Amino acid sequence: MLDATARAEGREEFSAAITHTVGKPFLEDAKFKTRDVNVFYAGAKQAIFDVDLDIGRNEVIAMIGPSGCGKSTFLRCLNRMNDTIQDAKVTGQLLLDGMDIYSKELDPVLLRARVGMVFQKPNPFPKSIYDNVAYGPRLHGLAANRSELDEIVEESLRKAGLFNEVKDRLNSPGTGLSGGQQQRLCIARTIAVSPEVILMDEPTSALDPIATATIEELIEELRQSFTICIVTHSMQQAARISQRTAYFHLGKLVEVNDTNTVFTNPSHQLTENYITGRFG
Amino acid sequence: MTNLTPPATSATTEKVKLGLQKRYSREKRFRWYGIISIVVSLFFLIVLLADITYKALPAFTHHYIQLDIDFNAEKLGISAQSTPEQLRRADYSILVNDALIKQFPNVTGRQEKRALKNIVSSNAPYRLQAMVLENPSLLGTKQAIWFLSNDDSDIYYKDGNERLKPYETQWLDTLKAEGRVDNRFNSTLFTNGDSREPEQAGILSALVGSFFTIALTLSLSFPIGLAAAIYLEEFSPKNNFWVDLIEVNINNLAAVPSIVFGLLGLAVFIQFFGVPRSTPLVGSLVLTLITLPTIIIASRAAIKSVPPSIREAALGLGASKVQTVFHHVVPLAMPGVLTGTIIGMAHALGETAPLLMIGMVAFIIDVPSNLTDPAAVLPVQIYLWADSPERAFVAKTSAAILILLVFLVCMNLLAVILRKRFERRW
Repeated sequence: MLDATARAEGREEFSAAITHTVGKPFLEDAKFKTRDVNVFYAGAKQAIFDVDLDIGRNEVIAMIGPSGCGKSTFLRCLNRMNDTIQDAKVTGQLLLDGMDIYSKELDPVLLRARVGMVFQKPNPFPKSIYDNVAYGPRLHGLAANRSELDEIVEESLRKAGLFNEVKDRLNSPGTGLSGGQQQRLCIARTIAVSPEVILMDEPTSALDPIATATIEELIEELRQSFTICIVTHSMQQAARISQRTAYFHLGKLVEVNDTNTVFTNPSHQLTENYITGRFG
Repeated sequence: MTNLTPPATSATTEKVKLGLQKRYSREKRFRWYGIISIVVSLFFLIVLLADITYKALPAFTHHYIQLDIDFNAEKLGISAQSTPEQLRRADYSILVNDALIKQFPNVTGRQEKRALKNIVSSNAPYRLQAMVLENPSLLGTKQAIWFLSNDDSDIYYKDGNERLKPYETQWLDTLKAEGRVDNRFNSTLFTNGDSREPEQAGILSALVGSFFTIALTLSLSFPIGLAAAIYLEEFSPKNNFWVDLIEVNINNLAAVPSIVFGLLGLAVFIQFFGVPRSTPLVGSLVLTLITLPTIIIASRAAIKSVPPSIREAALGLGASKVQTVFHHVVPLAMPGVLTGTIIGMAHALGETAPLLMIGMVAFIIDVPSNLTDPAAVLPVQIYLWADSPERAFVAKTSAAILILLVFLVCMNLLAVILRKRFERRW
């Protein structure tokens, strides 16, 4: 057994060893292409180093790694949520269907309508279930009239697997649901805007195993129509739901490959250490 | 499986047991401290309220004296055909004096005659004038008319008045014995402005003045305060020297004595901008300055307490920053904002010192009809009455305090109702 210091030293050594990403970071026909992405926070602290990654169409890509490795930060670059953090600076190229999402001309509002996000803690608005789901479509004027809006709300709730549970109480508060239901409500709210990509930042970390299982099934179904990027702390979850897995370590993308390959035959020593539970 | 229950007499259990006793008694003691302090403060509050109410009660009724007035046209030197101007010019005090002399024919001597005249309020002739102007056919008739009694007579009827001479009390007793005295609800208190004569003094001009002032203060300070709070909390750059400077200064302003704001208002609004002094307009401008820091600080705290997850949720759906703030943050912060506003408004309603500086201490008889009419406000009216030497003003002062409190309670009630409507924090 290594003691704590030795382990920390080991990490230093390994991270110095990350020179380029191993595995298959590039795809033929990618939804998202990111090249040389660097993220700096206030005080010149760098959170992400030179990440190159492609995200394919209709795939679930899982991002794993120890705490503070930058996976959430990277995820938040994909819909410019980092814009809301003062003094955060993103450099490099991020292309959504070939369009530079950090270009000056692009309105982040437009981007976020195409790239939705589900957060770690379920965060429904303190409004009715209906209003929660209808907020996005109303905001973007997606429904011409009330019946169209009703349709969007019902379909979104159906896709999120929540409709049957809440159809009799659409006007009751969204915050009155259980944790798992709230998270599905948040997913329904996100898909009501019909985005192309859904970013999920540890969507099940606040949920019990049963609710987690429901969400995982849901993700599998959603894959048919959306591209999903999910950050997770649970390696089992990554193995269960994703097609590709990216392993981040201290702000660097260490390895990307098919999920099976990553978990059965990792190429990098760090990845192997992490998935075998030696640290993280 | 291991047995999880610890041995019954472990050393830890003994120690915990010893400590428990202490802990319980400490908790009990603390509860008693709380109860005692609540009881003490309630006691003082009740004593204060009871004292004010007890002192104020006499001001809500007033004694009226009935006199038989002979509208003798010859004595007035007019007739039913006279022009309104002539009717107005006539000396109606003759009628009042005659009625009194007729009531008490034995009165002789100048001093006694003057004293007799003062049984009723000095506005009695004006009442007759108004009656005749309205209905000239009264001339030549005899009418029994109720007059407002003088403050000294009123006090005598209420609880004795050692200032009156024996012959005066005798007249008053006689009138009472004849059933010519009636204790009625004092509507004058609510329909008149201030007056030098206590029985004619009313609170209306101060009430209307306070209402105008507070309404304008609210409509100025609420939007400005809320907008400032939203900007500082949501849009201003963080860790910026200028923003920090503004923040420090807002906090300092909240602690500046209000009389300083009065001087500022005098120098800036009245002297520099030429706003008419002693008006609700300039009063509310000064009170807006005083309440702004309170509203801004409370609103910022309320906005800050809205969980960031709500902002992220809205932004993540593609709402712009402004939409996020106005769709979600402000509605959720509204109860807190309203609490801050109502504290500010209550503060403004009771504020006296700065208003003295801008001339609102003037003696105002007329009820203000717009924002640029000279007006009094309730706390200043209380101050003026408390300062008056006439004994009847003691009860009036307490009554004015009660009315101020009722005004305050109504305002707070409205705020509570509004807050309940916004408080949908499921």
